Amino acid sequence: MTQRPLSPHLGVYRMYRYTLLTSILNRATGLVLSAGLILLVYWLVAIASGAEAYRGARQLLSLGVLKAVYLVLLATFAYHLVAGLRHLIWDTGHGLEREQAKRSAALVVIASILLFVGLAWWALHAGTHTS
Amino acid sequence: MRSLRSPLARVLGSGSAKEGVHHWWAQRLTSVALVPLGVWFVVSLLSLPALDHATVAAWIGHLWTAVFLILLVLAGAWHSQLGVRVVVEDYVHGSGAKALTLALVTFFHVIVAVAGVLAILRIALGGAS
Repeated sequence: MTQRPLSPHLGVYRMYRYTLLTSILNRATGLVLSAGLILLVYWLVAIASGAEAYRGARQLLSLGVLKAVYLVLLATFAYHLVAGLRHLIWDTGHGLEREQAKRSAALVVIASILLFVGLAWWALHAGTHTS
Repeated sequence: MRSLRSPLARVLGSGSAKEGVHHWWAQRLTSVALVPLGVWFVVSLLSLPALDHATVAAWIGHLWTAVFLILLVLAGAWHSQLGVRVVVEDYVHGSGAKALTLALVTFFHVIVAVAGVLAILRIALGGAS
């Protein structure tokens, strides 16, 4: 039987390429947000189970380690949102030239970092969520 | 004209462009919906004065909060299922393992969506005290 190459064929890709990096990051952040959806539904089910049940869930959800998880979720949300908007613009047939794509890749990285920093600052300072 | 698709591909139902368009379209439709829904949810959550049961239950008790939350869970679960499906199709090799993983992924997303919607309804209708 012939050994045909399988796709995705990680060994031959140049991982530092901006096209590949922005694409794989969009996929990775999407997977993280899928996990975030599970967390969201867990939270909703805990609220729906009543005040007593929610107290226990809240103790679990306010564990120190989970603060890092929430920050990761905010970062992945910021990236997936901005990168997703880039994809939607591409779908209209705009920005597909190599130079434009290179520029928008840089723009996506910068905009998502700014968005994340803003959201993280809000979550850590402005909110009273620490209580 | 003779079809270029192999008889096996025809039997398996793979290889026709007509199916893929639905996946593509649903992925775009849900992503367009998730832009405002996602931004609304993150902003609302960060704006809540506290996260105790009374506060969050009262927030979800507002009609439009419940409506947008249900839409967020449904669009999110659908979008997630479509995305994870592609990842499984790319990285899980072997048709048996692939089919089994895809079935589990779909079931799991349906469970998440139904549980989320039911929880929101229960809170919104005042059954979560």
